[in-house]
Amino acid sequence: MQRRFVSIWFRHLTTDWLALRRPELKTLPFVFAAPDHGRMLITAANPLAGAQGISPGMALADARALVPSLEMADHIPGKDAKLLKALGEWCIRYTPLVAVDMPDGLVLDISGCAHLWGSERAYLGNIIKVLRSKGYDARGAMADTVGAAWAIARFGKDTPIISPGAQAAALLSLPPAALRLETETLERLEKLGFYHIKSFIGIGRSVLRRRFGTQLLLRLEQALGKEDEPLDLLQPVQPYQERLPCLEPIRTATGIGIAIKKLLDNLCRRLEGEGVGLRTAVLKCYRLDGKVLQVSIGTNKASNFVNHLFRLFELKIPSIEPDLGIELFTLDATKVEEADPEQELLWSPESGGLEDAGLAELLDRLANKIGAANIRRYLPREHYWPERSIKPALSLQDKRATEWRTDRPRPSLLLPRPERIDVTALLPDNPPMLFRYQNKVHKIKKADGPERIEREWWLEQGEHRDYYQVEDESGQRYWVFRSGHYSGDQSGQWFIHGFFA
Amino acid sequence: MPGTKQDIINKLRKDILLLEGFKPPSAGGVGSIDLGEIESAFPNGVFPVGAIHEMMCASPEHIAASSGFIAGILSPLMKRGGACLWISAGRKLFPPSLMAFNTEPDRMIFIDLQKEKDVLWVTEEALKCEGLAAVIAELQDMSFAESRRLQLAVENSRVTGFILRCDPRKAGTSTCVARWQISSVPSQAEYGLPGVGYPRWQVDLLKVRNGSPGSWQVEWSDGHFVPLEEEKEMHEALVRNIG
Repeated sequence: MQRRFVSIWFRHLTTDWLALRRPELKTLPFVFAAPDHGRMLITAANPLAGAQGISPGMALADARALVPSLEMADHIPGKDAKLLKALGEWCIRYTPLVAVDMPDGLVLDISGCAHLWGSERAYLGNIIKVLRSKGYDARGAMADTVGAAWAIARFGKDTPIISPGAQAAALLSLPPAALRLETETLERLEKLGFYHIKSFIGIGRSVLRRRFGTQLLLRLEQALGKEDEPLDLLQPVQPYQERLPCLEPIRTATGIGIAIKKLLDNLCRRLEGEGVGLRTAVLKCYRLDGKVLQVSIGTNKASNFVNHLFRLFELKIPSIEPDLGIELFTLDATKVEEADPEQELLWSPESGGLEDAGLAELLDRLANKIGAANIRRYLPREHYWPERSIKPALSLQDKRATEWRTDRPRPSLLLPRPERIDVTALLPDNPPMLFRYQNKVHKIKKADGPERIEREWWLEQGEHRDYYQVEDESGQRYWVFRSGHYSGDQSGQWFIHGFFA
Repeated sequence: MPGTKQDIINKLRKDILLLEGFKPPSAGGVGSIDLGEIESAFPNGVFPVGAIHEMMCASPEHIAASSGFIAGILSPLMKRGGACLWISAGRKLFPPSLMAFNTEPDRMIFIDLQKEKDVLWVTEEALKCEGLAAVIAELQDMSFAESRRLQLAVENSRVTGFILRCDPRKAGTSTCVARWQISSVPSQAEYGLPGVGYPRWQVDLLKVRNGSPGSWQVEWSDGHFVPLEEEKEMHEALVRNIG
């Protein structure tokens, strides 16, 4: 999936917050200041103060000289982090993956979320509008990478939304500071006259590394999307995993059974609370000698029912060799889906059909013992060619798209591949009079046909088949066909393909 | 007095049937399986559902005939939406053919196994599952003890089972409620028209517990079984009327 990120920049985070707490400050220039080396240094200034030339890092006395009416509040250490965390948690309504970007921003991983608001423009517009209406001066941008979104949010001049793949072009005209570089590197770039990213992006990698270190290259690659950038998420998505360390190594089948039951109990309680069930689970047993044994189960229907899942694992217990003993069990639900809450069947259990819970549990057990590939169900397909007229169903819930055809006779048994028979037949296109199959001669008494089935030329090349339904003297019915038109040499043209009921 | 004695014997017979695992058909149960006079061969005069039937199939032709006959029996069994399991090693059944016997092929789940031993295990597990309408298994060999295990599973779950015995030479005693042999007989197209007519079978009920074995000929036409004697009479009547 195309990954998309939104970066939000709070230009006046702490001052906006104070203005919300003390509305009378909204119309006054004010700053936060903190003591530093015996003087007061400004740590944050509100937009009004900023307009008069006051910026963070100035000494408070200098600022007072510029604006005598300047209000001052004490800097609160850690306040910005707290505010960003609260804002980030509020942003979880837009996407579950939100990270705090110190000191003044948020990063949202919005892959696959924007369509819920109609479009990316509406999505970003909604976030920024709501944040601004709450009183925070926010700027946002959207791009394929965290780095590009960060740069556009802070330095972008045109559109805040960078279409997929266009981040390189958007970055060209931005200053090097848009790459989140250290001041030292920035100063060196400034000194060398690199005022825009485009002026050094074309320079060879080795040259850049020698002059500016690996940091510049890493940031550049991250912004372009060539390097992955992990996010420190506010609320990381907890994997569905349970651990059970054992005081004494477990060596018996009963012990393993109890361990599995304990793990399942905990896991299923969590799954049930979240309204989901597991489709696949992996049990890992860490042995004393350092080996890791692994067994996995799968279910046809999402399930969080302990007894059922335990029965699936029970079939696998004999394959676990504890050897010296197992000291740690872990259980991962690798695939989790929404589960329907268990419902009592209204009438008799017979009416369950394919949705029956008992059937699903049975098939799970079978699939875990003999392999899911050996359980098949077929749906009709719109092909006349017999081998292609059915297709395997993907799941129990899979519905047929077309009706089963009943207008043509089809045999009860179909041979996996047609078998050659020796035939005596009237020329050119009568049904056979007798045929020999597996050294037995069948005299044909009655016959129907031919039903010509052409090969589908867009799928394969070859001869058509003329099918006959024939009945021999003892009443046994067969499906035989002649491959292709009658040609002078009859041998090798006739095949048996099935048996009728 | 003799009347009452007969009554008592009948009552006792019914009790014995119950003890042997035969339950009289319940009012809300499966719709009757219209097998015509064949049904009179069974205890209580109904085709026993919730029991295991054995079909002797010596050749692929027999398997084809038996699968057609079973599919005809399945259609009332599956009428209420139940699903079926077809368990075999080396299956040749062609699902679309079931449609000719009013059985929906997409509610049939096929379990294809490599080993004979697995077929027995899967069959037993399947027969224990109450959510199924029927279980059909293709087996080479089944010992008496194994058949008893299957019978016990069926007594609790009331699932109908069909075992296709592909190697009749090995057929010993079993606890199955009935042993059938279905073979094809020449069909008769309507009114002497040329071509192949509706499927027709010679149905031999070789063994039946507490019933009377017999032999019949049936035809499958218009979605149900038609006993052949009746048809012959109808045909004669028709000829008479025309004549």
